[in-house]
Amino acid sequence: MTILRFLARRLLYSLVVLVGVLILVFALAHLVPGDPVRIALGTRYTPEAYDALRHASGLDRPLPAQFVSYLGHAATGNLGVSFRNGDPVAQVLAERLPATVSLAVVGIVLALVVALPAGIYAASHEGRLSDLIVRVTSQFGVSIPDFWLGILLISLFSTTLGWLPTSGYRPLFDDPAGWLRHVILPGLTVGLVAAAIMTRYVRSAVLEVSAMGYVRTARSKGLPPRVVTLRHVVRNALVPILTITGIQLATILGGVIVVEVVFAWPGLGRLVYLSVAARDYPVIQGAVLLIAVLFLAVNLVVDVLYALVDPRIRLS
Amino acid sequence: MKRPANPVTVLSAGVVVAAVVVAVGAGWLVPYGINDVDVPQALRPPSGAHWFGTDELGRDVLSRVLTGLQASMTVAVVSVVCAAVVGTALGVTAGYRGGWLDTVVMRVVDVMFAFPVLLLAMAIVAVLGPGLGTTIAAISIVYVPIFARVARASTLAVREEPYVAVSRTLGTGTAYIVARHVLPNITGPLIVQTSLSLAFAILSEAALSFLGLGIQPPQPSLGRMIFDSQGFVTLAWWMPVFPGVAIVVIVLACNLLGDGLRDVLDPKQRTMIEARRRS
Amino acid sequence: MSVLSVDNLAVRIGRRDIVRGVSLAVEPEQTLGIVGESGSGKSTTVLAATGLLDAPGAVVTGSSVLAGQQELVGAPARTLRRVHGGRIGFVFQDPGTSLNPLLTIERQITESLETHKHLTRRHAQARALELLEAVGLPDPQRRLRSYPHQLSGGQRQRVMIAIALACDPELLIADEPTTALDVTTQAQIIALVRELQREFGTAVVWISHDLGVIGEVADTVTVLRGGEAVEQAAVDAIFDAPETAYTRELLDARPVLGHPMREVPDTETLLDVSELDVRFSVSTPTGPMVVHAVKDVSFRIRRGTTLGLVGESGSGKSTVAAALTGLVEPDGGRATLDGTDLLTVKRRDRKAVRRRVGLVFQDSFSSLNPRIPVGVSIAEPMPARAPGRPARVRELLDSVELPADYATRYPHQLSGGERQRVNIARALAVQPELLILDEATASLDVSVQAKVLDLLTRLQQERGLTYLFIGHDLAVIERMSHDVLVLRGGESVEYRSAAELFAHPEHEYTRALLAAVPPARPGRATMA
Repeated sequence: MTILRFLARRLLYSLVVLVGVLILVFALAHLVPGDPVRIALGTRYTPEAYDALRHASGLDRPLPAQFVSYLGHAATGNLGVSFRNGDPVAQVLAERLPATVSLAVVGIVLALVVALPAGIYAASHEGRLSDLIVRVTSQFGVSIPDFWLGILLISLFSTTLGWLPTSGYRPLFDDPAGWLRHVILPGLTVGLVAAAIMTRYVRSAVLEVSAMGYVRTARSKGLPPRVVTLRHVVRNALVPILTITGIQLATILGGVIVVEVVFAWPGLGRLVYLSVAARDYPVIQGAVLLIAVLFLAVNLVVDVLYALVDPRIRLS
Repeated sequence: MKRPANPVTVLSAGVVVAAVVVAVGAGWLVPYGINDVDVPQALRPPSGAHWFGTDELGRDVLSRVLTGLQASMTVAVVSVVCAAVVGTALGVTAGYRGGWLDTVVMRVVDVMFAFPVLLLAMAIVAVLGPGLGTTIAAISIVYVPIFARVARASTLAVREEPYVAVSRTLGTGTAYIVARHVLPNITGPLIVQTSLSLAFAILSEAALSFLGLGIQPPQPSLGRMIFDSQGFVTLAWWMPVFPGVAIVVIVLACNLLGDGLRDVLDPKQRTMIEARRRS
Repeated sequence: MSVLSVDNLAVRIGRRDIVRGVSLAVEPEQTLGIVGESGSGKSTTVLAATGLLDAPGAVVTGSSVLAGQQELVGAPARTLRRVHGGRIGFVFQDPGTSLNPLLTIERQITESLETHKHLTRRHAQARALELLEAVGLPDPQRRLRSYPHQLSGGQRQRVMIAIALACDPELLIADEPTTALDVTTQAQIIALVRELQREFGTAVVWISHDLGVIGEVADTVTVLRGGEAVEQAAVDAIFDAPETAYTRELLDARPVLGHPMREVPDTETLLDVSELDVRFSVSTPTGPMVVHAVKDVSFRIRRGTTLGLVGESGSGKSTVAAALTGLVEPDGGRATLDGTDLLTVKRRDRKAVRRRVGLVFQDSFSSLNPRIPVGVSIAEPMPARAPGRPARVRELLDSVELPADYATRYPHQLSGGERQRVNIARALAVQPELLILDEATASLDVSVQAKVLDLLTRLQQERGLTYLFIGHDLAVIERMSHDVLVLRGGESVEYRSAAELFAHPEHEYTRALLAAVPPARPGRATMA
């Protein structure tokens, strides 16, 4: 039953962090200098509209009460109303979520497909030219601004060669081929940068494991090199690699913001960008909260996988 | 313990130093004014008169790149130094004292880690309004957690070393122990982290400027220049390429420098703890 | 025909000659013991001779022939893979990291069988069970499905032996196989290997830094120093009639049982500990776990004498030291030093009280701040800018037999023994009444250890120092202590004067500890 105890602890920890996240998100709107309602109304200001919007947002009540009701509403999915167009925030988020998720998933899959073999290859050829090439390439990848890469890819594959569309999105289940055509360039942008980051971590994890005593034992048994690499080195390196993948996925959720703007991809990131420009605080709050919750959820899933894979946690 | 210095590291250090020099002296180095509009000369390719070509308003790209680099470096250096100082103070205190203080500080750090860096920075800018000052503030705040974590992990490790235990048995005061034993022995990972964070700070600033939330026009910024070039990429390749290359070069130099320093100063890879979440 | 015949083997890494022209031979059903201090090249020699050396840039020359027909130096990788595991089995030092934590014990044995003997999975599993029984692992059926972290150190080492012998190799290489184990477990493993050797007729190469162990296991011995074979002879010859000065030095430096302290001064009690109880919580991934490290331990130390505190790992001996020096808070009991309470100390008295007890740890390098010169470390307890400071530091260095100019050196510039002397000097700087030595000589080479022990004895006689000497090596304890306390699992097992305890041990655990000590001379049993 130790696995349940382990998971219970991680869940509790996540909840504590979640509370902190909620406090931080709640505080966002209330730290704005000036009056958010007035700013949002801008030229449409009338005393009636002001009062109405203020009341609708609950901003006319004391802070602790606002926080409690905010918690209550958030738990039931009521995240307020957009200042820009009056739509329920939860609905707006739900509309945008699939686009971001599909981009993030494509990105992480691409990153893994590149980083795992590259990192393992570089580690097993440590110190040699091929290792150096991989390391230099990944250094470049980490140093490139993702929006710049996106623009360059668009200019090459869309504008110049005309193979792929410059922007836009097709939902996966409505139009798979269209989805694929539209997701390639943004997916590459997100994925290549993530791949560069992950290659370095994979390489270092594999190197660390290769130095462990049990790898020497495996060699001393005269096992074929492929068996040593796969069953002893890679299998054990997967544990830290799993952790890194979880973190990377969470980082991608943030990184997609800029990519979505470049490719006019209708996801959460672009939504945040538009909302910040328009000072649409309820939407900003909602989106930030959602992304943080996704991050915590991903990490929790990684913990579960961790517990399943590592017998030291499964059995005491 | 003397080994010949890695040539890549030395070269990177040189590039970083050069970038700092440019950043400081950009005002004297620029051949043209950054906002000298000269429409007849618009969209000219690189030439003897304009090494980096001109943009859609005829402004000299080289001058704007140099000035933008100055702005980026300023933001990055100031933010990272602030974050390092605050983060280290928090991390060392949490790591050495332990107890409830440690728990509280680490939970706050965990909460901040739950947000992607750019998202948190954008949120802060949304609250404070765009501009140079808020960009520095936002990036500083967002980078405090990683320094706190690195400082704390290193402090914990040093605290467990026998020489600290012996000092405690001798009744040595906490101030002496922290100043003489802890701080000198954690500078390695911190220096490495500073170098790496510098690289990321430049990227973060570029992203914020790209989105229009950072340095505001007419002040040139590398990110905004790339944004503005979007309509002209096929007409004037030099417009996105040079600012982008400038970013890549300086970020790459910082990264390589950090890696090189890591081999020397942080063989136990404490900076990789960002990948290990148990705090 | 020798099982392994090594001729003029040399290993060069970069510009350093690690091994210089070593020749040796292992005969069937015999054990060759290779003994040497740290840096002597013993592991490198054997790894290079068996083709398992994995140091980049290493150049191996010479010859190493297996069973008279297979040359191993320079052999192609595929040939070596057939030999490794199939004809030569390996057991390494650290059972903690030598087994893959993610694979079951069974899998780690069967993969060898499948590779070399081409057994099917079912047959391999059956054979794995036989092997676990052969190495004396209790409950072998269940252990097959266990993971390494569920076994103790001794049990893991048995598994390593099972893996090494799985394919009936002609030769077994054991590289410091018992160094990381407790003395009692070590004795069991030595007996096990001897029995298996008899049963299967395997030749064995046993590497160790411990002459006592070598004396127990070997038929022939090669003494290595600085990569060269200094002396090679049958084991009796080495012990009874060593030919070289170095071998003689090693033999003499070895602490052996049978040399107790003669006189025990009859002075008043300095340290009085009663019912000391310490518990602390250890955090595991599944939550904190409480460890009851010290359970109601009581003892006294008379001024000017040494109390030897003996125990294996997990006995709580270091925790006792930590409690007495304020590093750990005890949960019960009292401890007074000449009347002053050591356990509940008010903040303002802390400095004064703490300085009456000095502490020296096992790890000499980590006990010193690597970034400051040793002179500064020694002077740390002295008030800053006190006029007599440099003179005092010189005086202290002199008292531990180190030259005065060492004060400006950094820890990495000193040898292990020299660093430990610096640690002793620093502990003496505050003129403590009680000095706690926590495994202070356990990491030192045998010859160095002997000198440091001499120094400690001299200091005690000259200055009337009182020692709490913590260790696991009974011969060292016997040599240094007037009284002895044996700890096991946090509990006091036996507490008497050294002379009585070593002559007539009462508790069966003490007897087991004494019986497990390798004899002074091969073939002769220790006092029981």
